[in-house]
Amino acid sequence: MELLEGIADRFNYWIYVILMMIGLFAMISKNNLIKKLIGMSIFQTAIILFYVSISYKEGATIPILYHDQVHGAHHEEASVTETAAHHDAEQVAHEASADVHAEASDHAEHAASSDHDDHAVSHEDHGSLEIDPDLFVNPLPHVLMLTAIVVGVATLGVGLAITQKLYGEFGTLEESEILEQIKSAK
Amino acid sequence: MIITGLLLLQAEKDFPDWGDTSSPANSYRLSQHYITQTLHETTVPNMVTAVLADYRGYDTMFETVVIFTAGIAIIGILSVIGTGGNREQFEPKLSEKKPDLIIDTTCRLIIPIIQVFALYVVAHGHHSPGGGFQGGVIFGASFILLALARNLQTAQAWVPENRILNLAGIGIFIYAGFGVAALFLGGNFLDYGVLTKILPGGVEDARSHSMLGVEIGVAFTVTAIMFSIYSSLASNGTMKEGI
Repeated sequence: MELLEGIADRFNYWIYVILMMIGLFAMISKNNLIKKLIGMSIFQTAIILFYVSISYKEGATIPILYHDQVHGAHHEEASVTETAAHHDAEQVAHEASADVHAEASDHAEHAASSDHDDHAVSHEDHGSLEIDPDLFVNPLPHVLMLTAIVVGVATLGVGLAITQKLYGEFGTLEESEILEQIKSAK
Repeated sequence: MIITGLLLLQAEKDFPDWGDTSSPANSYRLSQHYITQTLHETTVPNMVTAVLADYRGYDTMFETVVIFTAGIAIIGILSVIGTGGNREQFEPKLSEKKPDLIIDTTCRLIIPIIQVFALYVVAHGHHSPGGGFQGGVIFGASFILLALARNLQTAQAWVPENRILNLAGIGIFIYAGFGVAALFLGGNFLDYGVLTKILPGGVEDARSHSMLGVEIGVAFTVTAIMFSIYSSLASNGTMKEGI
């Protein structure tokens, strides 16, 4: 029972270890080159899952500020130098928030429309911009994984290209047959 | 391998709990700084884009170079030039069939929408989820869809193979151009704050606009390389008729 609870408490780590081992197994023991590449992909996915799960915080949302927080900030700064299109959007937002101030009952509706109604507290500090770090998940692992995905695509693409070339040369994708052909050529 | 897995599971006991706000990764002051100060310093609400394009701009620039290099490598590996005469057996037959009505109509309807959405994802990437990498991939996917639905030539009428690498290079030049422009205006490389001298708005707005600029550069490269990888792999390097 304790073991099961331990797994349930830390299921993200268990899943990442299991996925990683599946990928490692495929990379080490499969004979087919395409299957090896699939294993490499699974391995990368496991690492991405690990990082993203670390960045999670209980009760936090995605690391993008709400509409109100941003436009609260814009009110403080001089928005005269903004581009015209931006300025129009600013005006609309300004009117919207003015409505909110006029009618307190509108507040809830406005919060619901911006899909962040569970954090009504942060709507109170409009201009003060006190952002609570515990309300947003950690952005840094997300950034790192964004670049890791790109590297993953690049390695997978190059791997597939090399595999295709090998198939053109040897007519097979099985590693053992390719090694035999190389040996017999010597 | 099972031993490795058991070792990793052993180490898992020392890791922080799921959703723990005081875990080392979450309580470190760099992350806290990113969350609390991003809006003050850049006026960009999307912290991920801000960290990606501004705080870690150097990293992201070479990330773009990585996929550019991958594209060159794939073209280099699969290129037909200098591989001898054993290429004929893979010479694909051009499909004479007319395109299917349903597929053709669906593509006509859906590809413009995909492309507009991709441009939105790029242009709005620092305000909502999105950015150069994501938008670039969507834009590249629209060309891949065209190539799958019709044939590779139709898609390459839009993105010719000999221009693909130029397009990718333009993306990197846009990115590096922002860095060099900052250098010339007296700042550090990729320090967008000094670009306020040539861009409208204050220092924070200059950072925001430069972020949009480098995202557009990234999108150029990613679009070009995505389609290049597809067309190289699908046509076995000949860039003619593929799948």
